[in-house]
Amino acid sequence: MALSATDRALVRALWKKLGNNVGVYTTEALERTFLVFPSTKSYFPHLDLSPGSAQVKAHGQKVADALTLAVDHLDDLPGALSALSDLHARKLRVDLPPLSPQLLCHCLLVTLARHFPGDFSPAMQASLDKFLSHVISALASKYR
Amino acid sequence: MVLLGERKRKDLSLYFLQLTRLLVVYPWTQRFFDNFGNLSSASAIMGNPKVKDHGKKVLTSLGEAIKNMDDLKGTFAHLSELHCDRLHVDPENFKLLGNELVIVLAKYFGKEFTPQVQAAWQKMVAGVAIALAHKYH
Repeated sequence: MALSATDRALVRALWKKLGNNVGVYTTEALERTFLVFPSTKSYFPHLDLSPGSAQVKAHGQKVADALTLAVDHLDDLPGALSALSDLHARKLRVDLPPLSPQLLCHCLLVTLARHFPGDFSPAMQASLDKFLSHVISALASKYR
Repeated sequence: MVLLGERKRKDLSLYFLQLTRLLVVYPWTQRFFDNFGNLSSASAIMGNPKVKDHGKKVLTSLGEAIKNMDDLKGTFAHLSELHCDRLHVDPENFKLLGNELVIVLAKYFGKEFTPQVQAAWQKMVAGVAIALAHKYH
């Protein structure tokens, strides 16, 4: 399931459109994940997870920065995300897919579909879904 | 589930798109529709009349689910047997379809599709997926 040239073009085009606002959408995706799939809150006992929380917004920005890094390094996702993989595997111990990471990815797709309905064709969704699957795989690369 | 009561008054005619999108976004699901004709590209799938008709069937079933939210297992008993015994569909696919419906709803409802509304719909599609898998053996 390698990312085709079309996948890369579509993902990059969307990211260009998101501009500096990626954090807005990743924050909404996080808020949705916590509300819709409450078990995911268990990874953040140290944060205030109430709606509108500044801490969730800050974490959303971290996720946004990581995804933007991924978009800029589509040719070497495991390399680009190596440090994050270490962090998620060793320190945070977030469940491997199909558990928590995919729940956040689903909520990110819902968020983007909601805000960019005109751009969210089946082809765009497929490419985004593939890209996010690759990000999750890259994050999983150091698990064991 | 109170929010779902509001939902059912909306026009659901666009939501058959969930099936057409599923076949594009997760192409391996096409294997269940070998006799549907041309599924060779996204545009072929989106324009395929058999896919559209089948999407409407799926939608009608979901309409029944919304009318019978207190007895999803009963409502889907026959369909569950069909999907297990005749169609041999892995129940994981029901979750894929459910999530696809949520994405279609987000796309078409936009601002109204708040996290609370999404949460209600995720519970609904999870209930439908469980009901569809209930008669599997």
